[in-house]
Amino acid sequence: MEFAFTDEQAMIADTVRGLFAEHATRARTRAAMAGSGADAGIDRALWAAFAGELGLAGICLPEACGGAGLGMVEFAQVAEAAGAHLAAIPLLGVAMVGRALAAGGSDAQRAQWLAPLAAGQILAAAARAEGLSDSAGRLTGTVQFVPHGGAADLLLAWSGDQGWLIDLQDAGVCVTPHVTMDQTRPLATITLTHAAATPLADGKAGISAALAAGWICLSAEALGGAQAALDQTVAYSRDRVQFGRAIGSFQAYKHRLADMMIEIEQARSAVYWAACAIDEGSDEAPLALHAAKSFCADTFHMCAGNMIQLHGGIGFTWDHDAHLYFKRARAIVSMLGDGQWHREQIARLMMGAAA
Amino acid sequence: MKLGFSPAEEAFRAECAGWLQAQMAGPFADIRGIHSLCESIPRRKEWEQQLAAHRWSCIGWPAQWGGRDATLAEQVIFAEEYARAGAPNRVNHIGIELAGPTILTFGTEAQKAQYLPAIAAGTTIWCQGYSEPGAGSDLANVKTRAALDGDHWVVNGQKVWTSLAHYSDKIFVVTRSVEGSKGPKGITFLLMDLDQPGIEVRPISQMNGEAEFNETFFTDARCPADALLGAPGEGWKVAMGLLAFERGVSTLGQQMQFRNEFDVLVAAARANGKAADPVIRQRLAKAEIGLRLMRYGALRMLSQTDHSAIDGAALTYKIQWATWRRGLGELAMDVLGQAAEIAPGDDYAWPLLPNMYLSSRADTIYGGTNQIQRNLIAERGLGLPREPRGSQ
Ligand SMILES: Cc1cc2nc3c(=O)[nH]c(=O)nc-3n(C[C@H](O)[C@H](O)[C@H](O)COP(=O)(O)OP(=O)(O)OC[C@H]3O[C@@H](n4cnc5c(N)ncnc54)[C@H](O)[C@@H]3O)c2cc1C
Repeated sequence: MEFAFTDEQAMIADTVRGLFAEHATRARTRAAMAGSGADAGIDRALWAAFAGELGLAGICLPEACGGAGLGMVEFAQVAEAAGAHLAAIPLLGVAMVGRALAAGGSDAQRAQWLAPLAAGQILAAAARAEGLSDSAGRLTGTVQFVPHGGAADLLLAWSGDQGWLIDLQDAGVCVTPHVTMDQTRPLATITLTHAAATPLADGKAGISAALAAGWICLSAEALGGAQAALDQTVAYSRDRVQFGRAIGSFQAYKHRLADMMIEIEQARSAVYWAACAIDEGSDEAPLALHAAKSFCADTFHMCAGNMIQLHGGIGFTWDHDAHLYFKRARAIVSMLGDGQWHREQIARLMMGAAA
Repeated sequence: MKLGFSPAEEAFRAECAGWLQAQMAGPFADIRGIHSLCESIPRRKEWEQQLAAHRWSCIGWPAQWGGRDATLAEQVIFAEEYARAGAPNRVNHIGIELAGPTILTFGTEAQKAQYLPAIAAGTTIWCQGYSEPGAGSDLANVKTRAALDGDHWVVNGQKVWTSLAHYSDKIFVVTRSVEGSKGPKGITFLLMDLDQPGIEVRPISQMNGEAEFNETFFTDARCPADALLGAPGEGWKVAMGLLAFERGVSTLGQQMQFRNEFDVLVAAARANGKAADPVIRQRLAKAEIGLRLMRYGALRMLSQTDHSAIDGAALTYKIQWATWRRGLGELAMDVLGQAAEIAPGDDYAWPLLPNMYLSSRADTIYGGTNQIQRNLIAERGLGLPREPRGSQ
């Protein structure tokens, strides 16, 4: 038992922080937000550096198909750094679909999709859908709220324990991108009309792997984002003077920053507990995932809200980054199950379903 | 990063679990599950000595002083099994968790030999003489005076809120030994016998009906000139160093007590049907999350070898657990409803959950109030400007 990063893990964290600090600048994130069509919310050059130069798209995918063969802990480090910089890249979908394929894909599906996913050559998205009808390998129905759906090449749609892969080039696919409150991860609606789809060989295993990766991704992004909101607010509080003092010397102000740090340190424990639990196949993994997703999302939302308040008027402007964190946080709160849903899952693990 | 335990560690678990469970089923069954601080003290002292006889009393200490040089993982395991077996609150927790580690860090070899074996053996119970009527949050404002008189210190003044002083053998006392000194300068950290004519201990009744803390009066009380930690006038460093041990391995044992309280609450909610109420379910789930994050936060803190990286984070631990437990007390009352407001007997004495509701109001006060914790986090953890001080 040792709940600290190994030297190798510390190096990975340094590398990804360096990458995002250099590339995921405010200017480039804003350019990606303003992109349209297949480039909406994506910094293609950043993705090329991330996936191509550093080979990080497949960090948590098997080595046999070109991935790095590492686990959720290392992936969480990547997502944490991406979240801190609000990096406009489709990390969520690539990890969810890649892990679903690795855990539950058929041989043919794995052979076709895993290598290009791990190499970052194609982009993937994942979303839950209700009421899809499957007739002889053709799917019909609507998949809503698909993150980066406008840019994706491959879709994993699931319902209950059934999951399907859909090549978004198919003639039966219609993608409608939306103007989305969080422009760093725009949502799309994808309508399928007799679209070609292949089911996952083991839907249950595939979907649970996808969800685990998705919850880790969002939790770790939230952790990184919350810490960035705190760091930037602390920096501002030292510079800004009112009543002849740095505003960071007022106790009401200091205590809100302290409250942010208290939550963030718990969020950090949550992310790496959950990531470790998955990597070690621990019985605690389901509890840890629900805890991480609900806790980290709430923490990020609180911190980003405080970031606006503690900046005063400038925090309400479009030019300041506070709203980018705030909107990303709000989106994460709702994605892949909101806090109430996750906490109810924990209640069930503790006490069974309510009578 | 690894959370699982090795086969050797699991073997250690089996060993200590076997021993603890046999004790709690056999010779010490009468004190199984005792959670209050002041109940059955003589029997709990015997229990300390039984632990010591089998070298389980302070396993993290060096073997030389009665410990086992246990690794972090072993200490985690022991804390878990101790609670699982229902073993009672450690009556000498201030000696084992505060005085002992402080003496290990700041004491001379002669002092270690003098004080540590008696703590490990469970024969000397310690208490903490920090707070005074005029020095609570502002501990550096202590006024209790110490003056050298030949080969003795002579101490005059008053301490207050001294937990368990009425059952203790020794007290460590933060005194002012340099005439006219102010603040952290001129402080001397003394180690004194409580059983002497110059010290009077008067219990103070608490809001939960118990009397766990005391006023402690010093009137020409004495201790040998070498019964101090650190140099004369430079005891502040020791006093502050001691507080850091409150965030040490002892947190793991404390968490297991929280786990027991939480389990009792969940069982109560299931028994009275509140476990089906969606709002209560949300709150219980939140409490479960908080408890787990406390555990993993502590493991993260204790696993870290590079302390500069974690010190800031470690500062958040006190307010985290204190606020969590206070919230659990509130949740317990909402789960139990009015039934919790009626004492089971004729005394003003409360079962576990209502008592937790009352006693947890102290958690956010002692050892640095929540407000003081936020100041510390902001100033030490985040580097913000310090609080302005008034002139005294
Ligand atoms: C159950 C219990 C057991 C205890 N056991 C011991 C013991 O064994 N030994 C011992 O030495 N002491 C003990 N204490 C004392 C404890 O450490 C003090 O009560 C605590 O440090 C607060 O000091 P105070 O009571 O003087 O309150 P004060 O310092 O007077 O505080 C009163 C209020 O003012 C606030 N306040 C003070 N300063 C600031 C500031 N700078 N900024 C914002 N707010 C501020 C506080 O947060 C608090 O809300 C115990 C206390 C309790 C309740």
